[in-house]
Amino acid sequence: MKLPPFEYACPTTLNEAVALLASHNGEAKAIAGGQSLVPMLAFRLARPSLLVDLRKLPGLNEIKIGADGVRLGALVRWRDIQDDKRLESAHPLLKAAIAHVAHYQIRNRGTVGGSVAHADPAAEMPGVCVACDAVITAAGKGGTRAIKAADFFEGALTTALKPDEIVTEIHLPAWPAVRRSGFQEFARRRGDFAMSGVALFYDLDAGGKATNAHIGTIGVGDRPRRLAKAEAALNGQAVTEALAVKVGEAAAAEVDPQEDIHASAAYRRSLTGTLCERALLAAAR
Amino acid sequence: MKNTFIGQPMERREDLRFLRGRGEYVDDVALPGLLHAAILRSSVAHGKIKSIDTSAALKRPGVHTVITAADMPGGPPIVPMRLQPLPEFKPFEQPAIAHEKVRYVGEPIAVVLAATAAQAEDAFDAIEVEIEELPAVADWTVAQRNNSVLFDKQGTNRSMVFESRKGDADAAFASAPYVRKERLRTGRHYGLTMEPRGVMATWDAAKGMLTIYGAAKVPFFNRRILSAQIGLPVEQIEMIENDVGGGYGARGEFYPEDFLIPFAARHTGRPVKWIEDRRENLIAMNHAREEEAILEVACARDGTILAIRGEVHTDMGAYMRTNGAVGARNVSQFMAGPYRVPHVKIDSSLWMTNKTPVGTYRGPGRFEANFFLERMIDMIAEELRIDRIDMRRRNLITAKEQPYPIATVQPTNAVDEYDSGHYPETLERALQEIDWPRVSKLQGKLVDGKYHGIGVVCFIEGGAAGPKETARLEVNGDGTISLYLGTSSVGQGVETIFAQIAADALEVSIERIRHVHHGSTAYVSDGYGAYHSRSTVMGGSAVLDAANNFLAALREAGAKRLGCDANAVTLDEDKLTGGGKSVPLREFAGLTQEGVFLNKKHTYSYGSHVAHITVDPKLGRIEIIDYVVVQDVGRAINPLTVKGQMIGSLVQGLGGAVLEDLKYDENGQILTGSLADYLLPLASDFPNLRGVVLDKYPSPINPLGAKGAGEGGIIAAGGCMANAVANALSSLGVQPRQLPLSPAYIWELLQQAGRKAAE
Amino acid sequence: MGWRMTTKFEVNGKPVSVNVEPRMTLADCLRHELRLTGTHVGCEHGVCGACTVLVDGEAVRACLMLAVQAEGAKVVTVEGLSNDADLTPLQKSFRKHHALQCGFCTPGFITTAHALLTEEPDCDADRVREVLSGNICRCTGYIGIVEAVLDARAAYKK
Repeated sequence: MKLPPFEYACPTTLNEAVALLASHNGEAKAIAGGQSLVPMLAFRLARPSLLVDLRKLPGLNEIKIGADGVRLGALVRWRDIQDDKRLESAHPLLKAAIAHVAHYQIRNRGTVGGSVAHADPAAEMPGVCVACDAVITAAGKGGTRAIKAADFFEGALTTALKPDEIVTEIHLPAWPAVRRSGFQEFARRRGDFAMSGVALFYDLDAGGKATNAHIGTIGVGDRPRRLAKAEAALNGQAVTEALAVKVGEAAAAEVDPQEDIHASAAYRRSLTGTLCERALLAAAR
Repeated sequence: MKNTFIGQPMERREDLRFLRGRGEYVDDVALPGLLHAAILRSSVAHGKIKSIDTSAALKRPGVHTVITAADMPGGPPIVPMRLQPLPEFKPFEQPAIAHEKVRYVGEPIAVVLAATAAQAEDAFDAIEVEIEELPAVADWTVAQRNNSVLFDKQGTNRSMVFESRKGDADAAFASAPYVRKERLRTGRHYGLTMEPRGVMATWDAAKGMLTIYGAAKVPFFNRRILSAQIGLPVEQIEMIENDVGGGYGARGEFYPEDFLIPFAARHTGRPVKWIEDRRENLIAMNHAREEEAILEVACARDGTILAIRGEVHTDMGAYMRTNGAVGARNVSQFMAGPYRVPHVKIDSSLWMTNKTPVGTYRGPGRFEANFFLERMIDMIAEELRIDRIDMRRRNLITAKEQPYPIATVQPTNAVDEYDSGHYPETLERALQEIDWPRVSKLQGKLVDGKYHGIGVVCFIEGGAAGPKETARLEVNGDGTISLYLGTSSVGQGVETIFAQIAADALEVSIERIRHVHHGSTAYVSDGYGAYHSRSTVMGGSAVLDAANNFLAALREAGAKRLGCDANAVTLDEDKLTGGGKSVPLREFAGLTQEGVFLNKKHTYSYGSHVAHITVDPKLGRIEIIDYVVVQDVGRAINPLTVKGQMIGSLVQGLGGAVLEDLKYDENGQILTGSLADYLLPLASDFPNLRGVVLDKYPSPINPLGAKGAGEGGIIAAGGCMANAVANALSSLGVQPRQLPLSPAYIWELLQQAGRKAAE
Repeated sequence: MGWRMTTKFEVNGKPVSVNVEPRMTLADCLRHELRLTGTHVGCEHGVCGACTVLVDGEAVRACLMLAVQAEGAKVVTVEGLSNDADLTPLQKSFRKHHALQCGFCTPGFITTAHALLTEEPDCDADRVREVLSGNICRCTGYIGIVEAVLDARAAYKK
């Protein structure tokens, strides 16, 4: 399982990095933490001619928290999110989801930008992005563009990124004080990719009812998605155990799960409903 | 005896190097001029090889040579069976490299030798292999149709039926008041070692000497295989055991690579190293376990077991490997486990399929047999409305029945009996440990959304026996003593254990036993190895014999120097004393004596598992609240390491019970090709485990009284967890009939039960 | 030999310079270029943790990092956490609790546990189990390892 041969560059500016990525006929690949890419190289599922290491690009490792929300530089690591106490109030859903990402050593190198660019359908960060209507900024030859999370993830390991584009930032919209959130996932073992997971939030209105419901899933289907019918079942309602069951049933009915060696489609569907119900009850607690 | 190192929990001497990163595993050894081997393996499960063209690969950077079957005059040699080497198996043995046909994904096709391992791997895509695909035989049910056969000349995919017989089972069934029949199956596991396998070989043409690094488990036997294959006398082959990163039955057997790499070294005249990577380890190392039983148990209404009969079908994979028949053999002989069963009739069929061949994995056949029978006992007790623990008490073999004869296996005519022990004792102790009066009230209860269940099972573990073991003691120049053994270490801690035994026998300090050398063929005149939980019993008993011979030789030599009678001479730590004088031990440097131990009988340790678990019915998730293993090991040489064996093997068993399963599709393609899919237990999976070691009933068949004790944790884990799940979900009518107990499987069982209840 | 690069970094307090292909992992570089064979390779795809080393004080998988990415970093391996004179308190605790058998995964557990205890000397059993879930041991069943790490906490408290 030795890696295939490739050249390597470690540019110090974004322009240089973009130019390098554009220079190899689509066979260059960006590497950030490498925690998803290097295993693919080891299995020779990826054979880039050039690796462009992003680690020296300036300004991409900051977590900025402002009135408009949380801005994660692409090189922010899982570890940085876990260590940032501000995020407990600035984005509790992000914090809760990231606690499930892989393992200790991986979290010291894996980055948010790498995760969204890799686009594993069961990964937590893409799920949070979709559930929260995040905006992903990418820089390329044609300049910088902002891509809505819902448009960014196109399928398993497939994104809207062009070969010369680099994710630079993930913007999660502001988190109002009235917001309640829950994250639940179930994997065979700690740190494994989830067989299903649910990231959800809603805002409490003056009457104690849920509004602005956002319910997202991971590990079910070929990409993370929001569940409009389950959200509709939640909007305008007070969260009770009975409602949680109802919303869970709506979520289960709405997903289009796949089958693999760990879980049948029917099991995944049921799991999604259960996790949605539990996430909602946790949010209301 | 003035010393009592035996029986004390002693910290291990091996740890001093391992903890500092100073172990020396085979890949840690570097030699100048080394060529690195990478093995191109079949990506097709079943097919005829039309052509192999390596010419383009030879032009790749760094590539030195590419070896295929065509380089072996007369065709590649066959890897012979080590255990149960019956003539019927011969046609099913594996050629060292694919020849005419490929029969599983992972079968070696070509060996690339290059300056670096990466360059060798780079050349794979330049080798053109044309294979005419044949229909894959994906499991035993497909195999038995014989529509597609792996071995054309044989015309059948069944290589053998082992028949285990005791009494007259058919007659007992004919008159039995109650019979239960079930179909049960276990998953496909393997003895994955954290260190992948590795072989390094050097050929010294001037001396005619072939040296093999990376030997493990059975180096003396493997040397004989290689000697015959490669045409060199055994004296011209040296096998060197490095530190070994885990064995579990799978590592150290003779594999195709154990021929290919020495062949490559001799072929090129260069040292050659092959280090298995994890992707190939998953398809090249012996698989194990995948068995299905269709079993009947006949009982009296009070739960007394009258007879067992049925059939077992083992998915053997593509070839009969060195110890491949053991699991299918054992499952038939040990189906009755620790219970008094007067009549047994089990037919165990071995089916060849297009998968990686099987070999042993810790507790071979016993894990499966335990799951099959223990599951049935619980189902029978429920149906007969008797207490499942009372049913076990009623049937467990007692001390006054020992030695207890068990079923005889044909065609090997394997007659056997249990050696000693009072089996109900470990059950009572396990119930006491788990606080049965308290936890029994929780059975089947739903608390905070989770059902509580208790699993209770009993097991038997075989050990020891087999060919003779040899040990040798020698005085060093500094007056310390070295111990050399023919048996090997696979990471269990035998250096410490053998030092304890030798120090006690010689009545010296443990530090006096300066070095314990094992596993390499140069150390003793003959030896065998580490399998079937035999190292401590066999090697340890050989140490006792060597110590007697060594002391006698010392007394004789001392008598001459001291001018007294040999009987008056004593070894007094660092000197020999006699006739009022003494002479330093170092003056006898080089004095050495061997000892041997040979035993045709087996030891049988035994015990019980009790597990308290919860099941989340929505997720299908199992959590262990408490788990106790109690095992009587005859005599615990080092209680610290015995407990380590117990807990370590238990977690392996729990892996097989709930996580591990090698899956294939209908085309024979493996679906679990990485450690992200073949799920090993992690530190977060099974936190609450306890082990209790008893040594109340020593084995009467060896001077130490010890019994093999490396497998007790694994054997009963599948049965115990499955029974615990059934107990937890008893109100819903759930009965697991297969392993692993994955969340999806438990959830599916609950859906089935729900549908049945609705009807 | 393909495209090579010279990379300078520090290993166990000493500066090193290696000339390697970019595809060489840090694990292979430590083992085969620098002959620090205490770092073991058990899966080469980032699952088993046997290759864990410290990079700038943080535990990372050396099989998922290229040697060229270590440019300028301070790398510490199990050899750097050991001395000839005596076992360290963490190593002693592993020995006492029989937290190793075949020893192959052990260096990865030592480096991981050292990083954890250095950062969080007050961690509880759940945290230890969570962190160690990134390292696979096939021999011990983990019970002794968790006990060993918990027992070693005292030595890391300032």
